[in-house]
Amino acid sequence: MTKIYIPRDMAALATGAKRVLAAVQKEIAARGLDVEIVRNGSRGMLWLEPLVEVETPAGRVGYGPVKPSDVASLFDAGFLSGGAHPLSIGKVEAHPYFARQRRVTFQRCGVIDPVSFAEYTAHGGYKGLDRAFSIGPEATVAEIAASGLRGRGGAGFPTGIKWKTVADCPAGKKYVVVNADEGDSGTFADRMIMEGDPLSLIEGMTICAFAIGADKGYVYLRAEYPIAAEIFDEALIAARAAGALGKNIRGSNLSFDIELRMGAGAYVCGEETSLLESLEGKRGIVRAKPPLPAHVGLFGKPTVVNNVLSMATAPMILADGGAAYHALGMDRSRGTIPLQIAGNVKYAGLCEVPFGLKLGEIVNDIGGGTLSRRPVRAVQVGGPLGAYVPVSLFDTPFDYEAYTKVDSLIGHGGLVVFDDTVDMSWMARFGMEFCAIESCGKCTPCRIGSTRGVETIDKIRAGENVAANIELLKDLCQTMKLGSLCALGGFAPYPVESALRHFPEDFHKPALEAAAE
Amino acid sequence: MSGAAPWDAERAREIIAAHLGLEGPALPILHALQHEFGHVPEAAVPQLAEALNISRAEMHGVVTFYHDFKREPQGRHVLKICRAESCQSMGAEKMARDFLACLKLDWGQTTPDGALTVEAIYCLGLCSHSPSAMYDEEPIGRVDAVRLDELAEEAKSA
Repeated sequence: MTKIYIPRDMAALATGAKRVLAAVQKEIAARGLDVEIVRNGSRGMLWLEPLVEVETPAGRVGYGPVKPSDVASLFDAGFLSGGAHPLSIGKVEAHPYFARQRRVTFQRCGVIDPVSFAEYTAHGGYKGLDRAFSIGPEATVAEIAASGLRGRGGAGFPTGIKWKTVADCPAGKKYVVVNADEGDSGTFADRMIMEGDPLSLIEGMTICAFAIGADKGYVYLRAEYPIAAEIFDEALIAARAAGALGKNIRGSNLSFDIELRMGAGAYVCGEETSLLESLEGKRGIVRAKPPLPAHVGLFGKPTVVNNVLSMATAPMILADGGAAYHALGMDRSRGTIPLQIAGNVKYAGLCEVPFGLKLGEIVNDIGGGTLSRRPVRAVQVGGPLGAYVPVSLFDTPFDYEAYTKVDSLIGHGGLVVFDDTVDMSWMARFGMEFCAIESCGKCTPCRIGSTRGVETIDKIRAGENVAANIELLKDLCQTMKLGSLCALGGFAPYPVESALRHFPEDFHKPALEAAAE
Repeated sequence: MSGAAPWDAERAREIIAAHLGLEGPALPILHALQHEFGHVPEAAVPQLAEALNISRAEMHGVVTFYHDFKREPQGRHVLKICRAESCQSMGAEKMARDFLACLKLDWGQTTPDGALTVEAIYCLGLCSHSPSAMYDEEPIGRVDAVRLDELAEEAKSA
C-alpha cells in the first residue's frame, strides 16, 4: 500500500497541514485509492511545510509547501509514484539542506510515525536501553561521560557528571526530570522531538533512570506547546502498552514511569530550580544553589534535570558508544548541535550539524540570508538572554567557548536573524522589558534592575542625558550580571550590552536627528 | 473561552479530589479548574488551600504567579499574538500595536461584546513562520494584518 506522510508538527499545522490532510483524504476517497496516511513529525525544512512525502521504491519524495488547492493537481501529476510537479523537491534525503547535516538526535524525526512503537524499534529504538541493561548502571554513566555531551538547555554542563552525582547519592527515592519549558524565542528543537520522535525522549529518560536508580520521571512541558503534549501522551501510552514503561521494563528488574506536567506561562520555569518548585506546586521561584538539584532536587530528593535534547540523545550514545559521539564536534563542544534558524531568514528550519560551523555559514549558506532580501544586520544567538552578534563576527565557530570569548552564548542553539531595519535600542529595551515581565522576583538585581533598565533605555531613546544614561545602563548591566541568582537576571544584560557595543549608533538617534535639523 | 461552565463549588471539589493522589498536585488542579470554568475563580482559592493544607495567602501566591491562570472570565475566543524577538524581526510589534489600536484594546483585554480576548505571548515555537499567533487551539504561522482582522470578525460571529 502506498504511504503518504503529512506532518502533525505544530509548524506544519500552523501552515495548513490539517486542511491539506482533509483535501488528500477527499481525493483518495473520490479516486477510490488504497493509501495509508502517516502523521509524521517535521524533517526540519520548515520553510517547506506542510511538506507532504510519498514513499516510492526509490525512496521518499517530497512536495512542499502544499496548499489545499494544490492537492488535486498532485494526484493528477501522479505524485503517489513520485511524479513530477512544480512543488516536488525530489528525494527528501538528497535535498542539499538535508545532505549537509549529521543527524543524531533527530535521526528519526520526520521519518517515522512518532507514536508507533514498532516503527521506533525498527529504526534502532531501544538498542540504547538494551545495551545499558547489558553493561550495567556504572558503565552507562561512563558512556554518557565519554561522549562529552553537555546540557543542551543552554548551560552546557557535562551531562555525565550530573548523572554520576545523582548515581553516587545513597539509594532511595530519586527523580528524572526533563526540562521541556523551551521558552527561548527562535528555538523549537524540543518541541520537534516531542512531536516527531517522543519515544527517543522516553527511552533516554529510562536509560537515565536505570543509570541513577530512579523509578519516577517527570516531563515539564510549557503550556504553549499543546500539540507536543497530545503527541507525547500518546507516546507514553504506546510505550506502556509495549512494556517499555511500568514494571519490569523489557523483562529487566527496572520499574519506571513518566508523567507529563504542563507549565503555565512562566519563562523563568525553564530555570531548573524554579522548574522544580513549580513541579512541587509552588510559585516558580528560583532556589539558591548550593545545594544542587543533583543532591537536593524534586521534593528534596536527588534529581537529574536535563533538557529534552540531552535526554533524547542518550539512546544514540548508548547504542553507538560514547566515542562515536565524541568523534564529532570541536574542542570541548563534542557531538552535534541542532541549530534552529529563525526570524527574518529565507530557509528557516532545524539543521543538526557537528559543532564548529561559522555563524556566517549558518546564516547565509544554510539559512539563505534574510527573507526580506535586505542585508543582515544582527543575529541574536541563544534566545532572549543571548547577545546580538554583528556581521563582523560572522567567522565565530559555533562552540560554547568560542561564543563565551566574544561575550555571547549559544544557549539552546536558536538563531534569530534581523535585517537592517531593526532598531537595536528598541531590542535592548525589549530585552529588559521581557526580563521585568518574567522575573520571579526573588533577587533584587533582576526584579528591580530590569524595570530600571527599561526606564533608562527610554531616557536614552528620548535623547535625555544620553552619555550619562548609557554609563548608568552599563553599570546596571554589571550589577545584574554579577548579582542575580539565576541566568534570567544574570544573562538579560547580554542582549543589552551587545546592542550597546556593536550598534552604538542606535542609541544616539534623537541627538543625531536633532543635529540634522 | 466558549464552553466554560459556570462556577460550581461541588464540581470544583470533585476536580480537586480527583488530583489529590498526584505528587505536587497544585498545577494540574489549577489547569483542570481553568479548563472547566474558563478561569480560576476567587472562590476556588480557599477550597484549594484547604485541600492542599496550605494557607490562602500561599495559594493566592501560586495562582497569581503564573501568567496562564486567569482570574476573570475570558472572551469567547482568545487570540494570542507572539511578541518575542523572532516575531519582532518580522514586524510583529507594529502589526500587533495597530491591531490593538483598531480594537481599542490593550494586551490582555477583551472586546466589550465579550467576543475576543487579545493576549501577548512570548514564543510559540513557530519562529520559522514569524509572526505567529494562536487563535483558541489553532496555531497560525505568517500571520498578517489581514488575517488578524479576519479573526476579529470571525470571533464576533461565533
